[in-house]
Amino acid sequence: MHSRNSGILKYKDLMNPGHLGCPGCGATIAMKFALQALGEKTMVVIPACCWGVIAGPYPQSALEVPILHTAFATAGAAASGLRAALDMRGDTETTVLSWAGDGGTFDIGFQSLSGAVERNEDCIFVCYDNEAYMNTGVQRSSATPYGTRTTTTPAEKWKKTGKKNIVEVLAAHRIPYAATASIGYPEDMIRKFGKAGKLKGGARFIHVLATCPTGWRIGSEMSVKIARLAVLTNAFPLYEVKDGTNYTLNFKGDRKVKEYLTHQGRFNHLTDSDIDQIQKMVDGEWDLLLRKAGMKAP
Amino acid sequence: MKKVLEGSHAVSEAARLARVQVIAAYPITPQTHIVEALSEYCSDGTLDARFINVESEHSAMAAVIGAASGGARAFTASSSHGLAYMHELLHWASAARLPIVMAEVNRALGPGWNIWTDQTDSLAQRDTGWIQLYCEDGQEVLDTTLQAFRLAEELNLPVMVILDAFYLSHTFEPIDIPEQQLVDGFLPRPAPRIKMDTAAPCALNQLVTPAAYMEMRYNTQLAMETAQDCLGKIETEFAAAFNRTHGPVEAIRCRDADIIMVTTGTVTGTCRQVVADLRSRGEKVGLFKIKLFRPFPKNLICRHLGAANKVAVIDRNVSFGAGGIFAQEIQAALCNLDTRPRVFSYVVGLGGRDITPNTLIEIYNETKRKTTPGQESVWIGLNREIVETWRN
Repeated sequence: MHSRNSGILKYKDLMNPGHLGCPGCGATIAMKFALQALGEKTMVVIPACCWGVIAGPYPQSALEVPILHTAFATAGAAASGLRAALDMRGDTETTVLSWAGDGGTFDIGFQSLSGAVERNEDCIFVCYDNEAYMNTGVQRSSATPYGTRTTTTPAEKWKKTGKKNIVEVLAAHRIPYAATASIGYPEDMIRKFGKAGKLKGGARFIHVLATCPTGWRIGSEMSVKIARLAVLTNAFPLYEVKDGTNYTLNFKGDRKVKEYLTHQGRFNHLTDSDIDQIQKMVDGEWDLLLRKAGMKAP
Repeated sequence: MKKVLEGSHAVSEAARLARVQVIAAYPITPQTHIVEALSEYCSDGTLDARFINVESEHSAMAAVIGAASGGARAFTASSSHGLAYMHELLHWASAARLPIVMAEVNRALGPGWNIWTDQTDSLAQRDTGWIQLYCEDGQEVLDTTLQAFRLAEELNLPVMVILDAFYLSHTFEPIDIPEQQLVDGFLPRPAPRIKMDTAAPCALNQLVTPAAYMEMRYNTQLAMETAQDCLGKIETEFAAAFNRTHGPVEAIRCRDADIIMVTTGTVTGTCRQVVADLRSRGEKVGLFKIKLFRPFPKNLICRHLGAANKVAVIDRNVSFGAGGIFAQEIQAALCNLDTRPRVFSYVVGLGGRDITPNTLIEIYNETKRKTTPGQESVWIGLNREIVETWRN
């Protein structure tokens, strides 16, 4: 068991060494921080995703909180059922944490998530987003950004459509709390999970960008740096949305997206004009976000 | 207390009396009356339970899986396309060893769209690890639903209580509704084997390698193998409390029968009269009703059908390229007997087509006339003009 390794970490580490994550896996870092914020009174619901493997095979477990592994499309529904059982036990204190990848959130898990959020289930729904089906060998998802090469968007067929704006979709449900977070910004991430943990009684959604050295074709030592660059270039802005309408920006990036892209093998086919195109898209999304936050674009 | 109830509400009353704690359901005809009543009970406080209005049947089963994993007595109901949509989670529920009870209203699968009765929906789920109980009338539906919770919780296996669309789900009959106190004695509060707990964290349904997967499946098989005896024990207790018994099968005048007709579901009621009428005309005919389909009661099949000359199996279902499903299972159960009856397989009444006394008499006469059955099931009552119009 690791001891506290930083002043921002509140609880004993609820994630054990010996998990099955790849070296530099952003999704593992994300879980460590999430449980730091939420503590022992947490139950984690995990659909098919990298974490279905990372958590370890029978008879081991990487977490010191209960885990309910469930089928790919079902995180939102299984979490709702577990929540109902806890409520019937009179336990409203325990947090039900639905922990899905981008496939289990943006794609196959989208319907059950939408249903759960529309019912305003008392759960925290997390997407740890590594921007493709990494567990099955890097196939594109609807979270894969424009310009990405994956095993199903190879060579010149690299992805020509943009990433689904999942926070906007959740905001459209008028969810009480939605936020983005990055493993490159632990204080911000732990603060948001802590806030979500306290906002009991309704649905909460946190979208975590989780770098994947394997799928993004970066060195494992680059995982946190790339996550920071996504924020610094506004490719993945940090913000919160209250009640689906009140936006708060947490950080303003000022670097060019090229700096984020050029470190990653998944983008190394892009020409300067492709990168210009992505910069325009990032700028457009950023301006839109500023407008939603009631701020003017410069 | 006796009340005139439709079959759907026999299920609802049983779920209420069972004090289910979590219900998750999605609407589909002809299942909706079951959960509408339960929804009202949750709303007016008659039943202290959480009702989750999920956005699909896939999520309905996922939600009751989540609820049962949290230790709650969980219930859902579905039918046809809804059941088919749940298929993945049916496997999940049984492999997770969760004592979930589901009412399933037998309805045909489309296309063409057809809301009427047909057993192919539930029989297509035969390999999912669910106990399956096919009911004949409203009283049996209510009693079986109560027993299903006991069975599920003793074996840690999910149980499907199955009733025919409309002929049973929407038909009103006088049904005895037991007193809550008596039901509480028969079915105490659940003491679940699986109940997630932050004080004793563990991982459920996790990754398992070839080194242990097979053992987990074998344990499911072992639980299934004890289900018939377990049901017998539960029925004995049920009979002591409520003075009624139904049995996993029922054999009527089979002992000296030359031909035994085999039925499931509501067709049994019709066939009871047909067999009585044929007997009064001197025909040596018997009736064998199968209620328990999973696990398949092979010993009872051999005991009651083994000595007959011929068996006529009435299947309101079909496995394309193989024929009537109950007939296949019966043939398989009988095949190792030294002497065994010839099994005649009839596919009849698909998509809610009425199975009348005359239909059953036709089947009896056909079976009596023939010395040996063909390899394929015989389809009864086909309109040849429609067949030829669409044949390719």
